[in-house]
Amino acid sequence: MTNHWVDIKNANVVMVMGGNPAEAHPCGFKWVVEAKAHNRAKLIVVDPRFTRTAAVADLFAQLRPGTDIAFLGGVIRWLLEKDAIQREYVLAYTNAAFIVGEKFAFQDGLFSGYDEPKRTYDRSGWTYELGADGFAMTDPTLQHPRCVFQLLKKHYDRYTPAMVADVTGVPVETFQQICEAIASTAAPDRTMTSLYALGWTQHTVGAQNIRCMAMIQLLLGNMGMAGGGVNALRGHSNIQGLTDLGLLSDALPGYLSLARDVEQDYQAYVDKRTLKPLRPGQMSYWQNYPKFHVSLMKSWYGAAATRENGWAYDWLPKLDRLYDVLTVFHLMSEGKLNGYVCQGFNPLASVPHKEKLIEGLSKLKFLVVIDPLVTETSDFWQDHGDLNRVDPAKIQTEVYRLPSSCFAEEDGSLVNSGRTLVWHWKGADPPGEAKEDPEIIALLFTRIRALYAKEGGTFPDPILGLVWDYKIPTKPSAEELARDFNGKALADLGDPKDPTKTIAKAGEQLATFGALRDDGTTACGNWLFCGSFSQAGNQMARRDTADPSGLGLFPGWGFAWPANRRVLYNRASCDPAGRPWDAKRKLIWWNGAKWIGNDVPDMRPDAKPEEGVSPFIMNPEGVGRLFGTDKMADGPFPEHYEPFESPVANPLHPKVGPNPAARIFERDRRDLGTAEEFPYAATTYRLTEHFHFWSKHVRLLAVLQPEQFVEIGEALAQQKGIRAGDRVVVRSRRGRIVARAVVTKRIKPLKIGGREVHTVGIPFHWGFSGLTRPGYIANALTPFVGDANVQTPEFKAFLVNVEKAPAGVA
Amino acid sequence: MAFTRRQFLKITAGGIGATSLTALGFSPSRVLAEVREFKLARASETRNTCPYCSVGCGVILYSLGDRAKNARAELIHVEGDPDHPVNRGTLCPKGAALLDFVRSPNRLRFPEYRAPGSDKWERVTWDWALDRIARSMKDDRDRSFLRRNGAGQTVNRWPTVGFLAASASSNETGSITGKVIRAMGGVAIDNQARV
Repeated sequence: MTNHWVDIKNANVVMVMGGNPAEAHPCGFKWVVEAKAHNRAKLIVVDPRFTRTAAVADLFAQLRPGTDIAFLGGVIRWLLEKDAIQREYVLAYTNAAFIVGEKFAFQDGLFSGYDEPKRTYDRSGWTYELGADGFAMTDPTLQHPRCVFQLLKKHYDRYTPAMVADVTGVPVETFQQICEAIASTAAPDRTMTSLYALGWTQHTVGAQNIRCMAMIQLLLGNMGMAGGGVNALRGHSNIQGLTDLGLLSDALPGYLSLARDVEQDYQAYVDKRTLKPLRPGQMSYWQNYPKFHVSLMKSWYGAAATRENGWAYDWLPKLDRLYDVLTVFHLMSEGKLNGYVCQGFNPLASVPHKEKLIEGLSKLKFLVVIDPLVTETSDFWQDHGDLNRVDPAKIQTEVYRLPSSCFAEEDGSLVNSGRTLVWHWKGADPPGEAKEDPEIIALLFTRIRALYAKEGGTFPDPILGLVWDYKIPTKPSAEELARDFNGKALADLGDPKDPTKTIAKAGEQLATFGALRDDGTTACGNWLFCGSFSQAGNQMARRDTADPSGLGLFPGWGFAWPANRRVLYNRASCDPAGRPWDAKRKLIWWNGAKWIGNDVPDMRPDAKPEEGVSPFIMNPEGVGRLFGTDKMADGPFPEHYEPFESPVANPLHPKVGPNPAARIFERDRRDLGTAEEFPYAATTYRLTEHFHFWSKHVRLLAVLQPEQFVEIGEALAQQKGIRAGDRVVVRSRRGRIVARAVVTKRIKPLKIGGREVHTVGIPFHWGFSGLTRPGYIANALTPFVGDANVQTPEFKAFLVNVEKAPAGVA
Repeated sequence: MAFTRRQFLKITAGGIGATSLTALGFSPSRVLAEVREFKLARASETRNTCPYCSVGCGVILYSLGDRAKNARAELIHVEGDPDHPVNRGTLCPKGAALLDFVRSPNRLRFPEYRAPGSDKWERVTWDWALDRIARSMKDDRDRSFLRRNGAGQTVNRWPTVGFLAASASSNETGSITGKVIRAMGGVAIDNQARV
């Protein structure tokens, strides 16, 4: 989230699209109810189903799965046509006035630079025109034909209300009512918050779904405002933390990135990421990249990381390609992986195309599963009849299952979706011989290290050189690990502004990432978490319930990254002169000498407003991007592309249906179904009583939702002769499931391109183990395709067929 | 003064303490003989966070045992933390059923091994399992680690063993896992955030 959970209460309009918080985030949803009750907020819900969130909405639109950009692009067109934008904000804080280079073009569904065989774009033409001074050129009158504002208008001109209706199935009148509600927040003293979750990310256009909303929020002046922002509700309890810690194939902690093979030289690697300002006087905060990177390497490799060896640059692996989970399971199915370790993750149930996963897991030499619970992944070699038909005798994979503790049995911290790190304490002992995760990792690592020390082997240096100064080497404590990611001084740190002062003495914990250095005198495992465990102690464990501003910031509760800031980009909550746009919701302000306020200012404290330092300090241009330049793999403007399996052709450009830059492996093309064979749009989702595949092991929840079902609209049920409670077979090109039919009014057929399209809803919580009735893994149905930017699978839009199950089918 | 058990419970639930019971005219010792002491009264309270979704609701764990070295702490009750600014004491059905997650019969209790071609799990010791896994990992790393690619560039990666990290595990678990995997040259690493 750019904002945080309690902040939702400050909104005037709450836009829920790509999520269903009433059911998936119930206790967070209370803040939507609060906004409605006490701020007279309007709730808009756009979803393929009439959800419980929709049940309390003021405005609801049912759209076809995978058509969010068509809807949002239509909103952009509507806002521009009616001039319902916050003009002063747009001029000062976005790149609307920036001039784009001549090479950029868009035609018939493709942006300039497309390489069809490689399915990638050459993005070098998607940049600003630079002046002789090296800075981006602008036209504050917004009249230049290649300024972002004009290009934006032109791009979305095709997204008329009639086109929106034709693509999404949302009637023109409903669409316009929603546009009017959204547009009401263009006023400086009104805000809209956007709440989304996996309903936006799990598409081959997932990242662009979110970007499209970010652009709308920039046009309305809602970024950086209390009650505004683009807010990822997120999935698991620490999915934010694991992302912040860089546990992704191409990432390092704190959104630093791993080098590619060609980046052989440390200086070139770091220079490329040390982004210089693109406009005069901008902060371009990534200029500090070397400080964060060097401190990370000192945290991991200590004295072995020196200036001479590029801070142990060669001790980090380099990437020849992405190794995201789809790629890895693809390589596994080709027999190119030997071992796999699953720590608290059940990929057989969570990753698409179960049949392909079984093929891959069966080709491994060894599989290690670390989990508090039985998982389908650990039991993948077991024959469960129709639910998991395998022959154990033919599967040569060795499988280890190691019991770990759960949340109640450990100390540690989680980052909630509002970026707040909150500490939790151990309240019980784990059952039997189960151990805490850090201990399991440490036991394994120290064994491997001992083998290298004794026998030698391939490139033992980073293993033998890894800093491991825990009091009990086989059992690092949560506090020790937290102190590591916070960071400490390795030498006395002088104050650059005042030589008589010291910021921190050698060995002391650091209070802020502002103290990090690129000369090897600081160590920090994750610069974003710096300040969470300072010399003053564990800030994540703070429990001050005071909220002096009344805005729900709770500055003394836990620690929010970065720098305990509760609302990102909060400089944009003030006008260029430093006065809050809305006197009732003051986050920060300029007091004549410095930035102060209720939140930690997201601005250099002494940056005078007349200096013109813009609020989006992580961007080299300092402003928010309506035009995404070369940062997105699939175009600077979000464009509507059909899901890889779609019931209709793309009405905007029939020759370019799905996202031309999205991830698909050649062999998976043969596993895509056609609308002739599989006529119904399908989407998977969660229920409020279950969480992924663990809660089926929880007796109370197994009682509440005992049996697998799918949701089918009344019209489709009637056509197919299906009655409520019947067993139905749902098939895709990749597999089938059998489940009870819930026949519902909540999913209606949509008129798309002159024909009727039905949607089938598939909750995904069942599997062949658990206390519920055994069920099918829903991801037997879903396609092995991924988003163009982040490779997230397309779980939310694919094709199925549905039939009443023949008598005798279990 | 005569009270039925039900009436008595009503009064005490209304918040009348033991001293006012005496004022009501009957001996506390007789009453205590009738009503079981609340288990929570002698439980240890621990602040924790719900592990399911990323609202991160505050919960209070009630466990028996004072967590001394020679005592095993056992969880007996979980409820919402009223101080937590986000959930303010509320919990959803999943949060309200956390006790059944912690005490699920399907919790894993000891290390297990499934041999190639076998159709069953065998119970093994931690040492046996960890020694074998460490051996398999080192052997594979020694064999498959790529110091240089075809173009002669230094790449130092180990692409043949993959890792999936848990996005419901703590930052502390995540940071030690990431540090160890990268030190071994691991590249095939992801977590639930990807899907």
